[in-house]
Amino acid sequence: MNIVKAAHLIYDYITQDDETGEETVSRAIDDVDLDISAGDFIAILGHNGSGKSTLAKHMNALLLPTGGAVWIKNMDTRDESQVWDIRQTAGMVFQNPDNQIIGSIVEEDVGFGPENIGVPTDEIWQRVNESLEAVGMTEYRQHSPNKLSGGQKQRVAIAGVMAMRPECIVLDEPTAMLDPNGRKEVLKTVRKLNKESGVTVILITHYMDEVILADKVFVMDDGKIVMDGMPREIFSQVEMLKSLRLDVPQVTELAYELKKAGVPLPDGILTIDEFVQALENVKRPEISNAQKKEGDAHVDPS
Amino acid sequence: MSIRLENVNYVYSPDSAFCKQALKDINLEIKDGEFIGLIGHTGSGKSTLIQHLNGLIRATSGRIYYNEQDIYESQFNLRGLRALVGLVFQYPEHQLFEVTVFKDVCFGPNNLGLSKDECEARAREALRLVGLKKKHWQKSPFELSGGQKRRVAIAGVLAMKPEVLILDEPTAGLDPKGRNDILEQISKLHREEHMTVILVSHSMEDVAQYVDRLVVMNRGSVFMEGTPAQVFKHYVELERIGLAAPQVTYVMHRLAQEGYKVDPDATTIREAVSEILSALGKKNEGSEVIQP
Repeated sequence: MNIVKAAHLIYDYITQDDETGEETVSRAIDDVDLDISAGDFIAILGHNGSGKSTLAKHMNALLLPTGGAVWIKNMDTRDESQVWDIRQTAGMVFQNPDNQIIGSIVEEDVGFGPENIGVPTDEIWQRVNESLEAVGMTEYRQHSPNKLSGGQKQRVAIAGVMAMRPECIVLDEPTAMLDPNGRKEVLKTVRKLNKESGVTVILITHYMDEVILADKVFVMDDGKIVMDGMPREIFSQVEMLKSLRLDVPQVTELAYELKKAGVPLPDGILTIDEFVQALENVKRPEISNAQKKEGDAHVDPS
Repeated sequence: MSIRLENVNYVYSPDSAFCKQALKDINLEIKDGEFIGLIGHTGSGKSTLIQHLNGLIRATSGRIYYNEQDIYESQFNLRGLRALVGLVFQYPEHQLFEVTVFKDVCFGPNNLGLSKDECEARAREALRLVGLKKKHWQKSPFELSGGQKRRVAIAGVLAMKPEVLILDEPTAGLDPKGRNDILEQISKLHREEHMTVILVSHSMEDVAQYVDRLVVMNRGSVFMEGTPAQVFKHYVELERIGLAAPQVTYVMHRLAQEGYKVDPDATTIREAVSEILSALGKKNEGSEVIQP
């Protein structure tokens, strides 16, 4: 089932000159088609200003299409009567955790959403408990959010979204302000929600290494989707990504550079294990060739 | 111009329920012309530390010397120090406010009481140093992209002609190309203008590639100091305090364990490529690592 679908989506930002009153139109999303299946882990890459955030804001009706349409679980985002259902289905997490936390105690913050939509008190607490458990923050439930680390705050923000029982979470650069541990915590949490709770995840990021475990990657440029595929297919195209102001994980780049220098490594190496294995095959070509003949030379990366 | 910290302590909100010791007994020397990377988990004291270096925060105890002069002596010109030690905060583009890029960059020197000609000359130079094209100079800063806005904000600090440039996570939120452009530009300022640079970063890959020396903070203390290779060698300890090493360092350690004759302490892709090629018995033809 499609949870997010967009057809010929167009979005124009209109800016008005203060003095002349002249309007200029800049097209942020340019004829985008999108089909995201329920339960997928999707990553969206693209340089600053490529249209990623604008696209994300269409997924819970924060922005409405200038042209074309977006459906969340078959609900048209242009239909005002469904806007609250749409926002409950697709929750959003933004870059700066400090802008998303309002409660003075962690558990109150997490309960804010369900309370707002009139969920009975018993159920609010049940949802708070489950959400805090899901992001691993139960032991901090009585803490003040401003004493938490960045990664912890971001997990509280995710718990706040989870308490709305969404089927889809859109995360717009959730790790941009975090230290390495904070990044790890948040990614682990997001992956767990996807695997264990079956929540569809749409992750927007500038960190290439956060993308390698996605089911599918979309790359945006100039308001269009210019590449889509599995992480391995995307990261095989090093030159193309660099021309789009992007990058590849360091281990992918290392393999790519070695290949340019004459070491026969395959394209699209994504992990250290794959790299070490590939290098072994180079070192002992006779073995890997023999294996190839037997048809089992392919090491399953998963 | 060196900066030396002796037994610096800083306590936030002393004698209150929120009392917190943010810096503990810091001893540190930053030498003239060094390019320093300052890393540490969120809340480790990095931002508190850098605000001491230009006198924005006064140490609870301890001494700070700028060029061997005690900055807490009554005759020391603290206001002057703030021009000499330029501090670029996180998300500095949020501080842009003028109607044009050029006027925004002039704001700092203007405040120093310099003549209009001098201010404008400095603004032109600063905008050139950050590599912002002339066609953008008369635009509103708010029309620019994230990376361009950040350059304007950095230019605003450079126009004060600082001897030391401190940048607090200058690449946060930028795309990879924007990240590289800004870091290349900073590295050029260091190489060509011989500016002392202190770079606060959460990207281990970035500091490994650019800085001469790393200072690692943990819970308000200096946890470790050394070249990137010396520091990232201790990746297990770094992980314990919420940090990590660049991915290539993990690759190299893994290869060394597997019996490859490589130096496990390579911290950049370039070093790793040449190590692996020589371990495989191939010659490195000096291929350039391409930048996005």
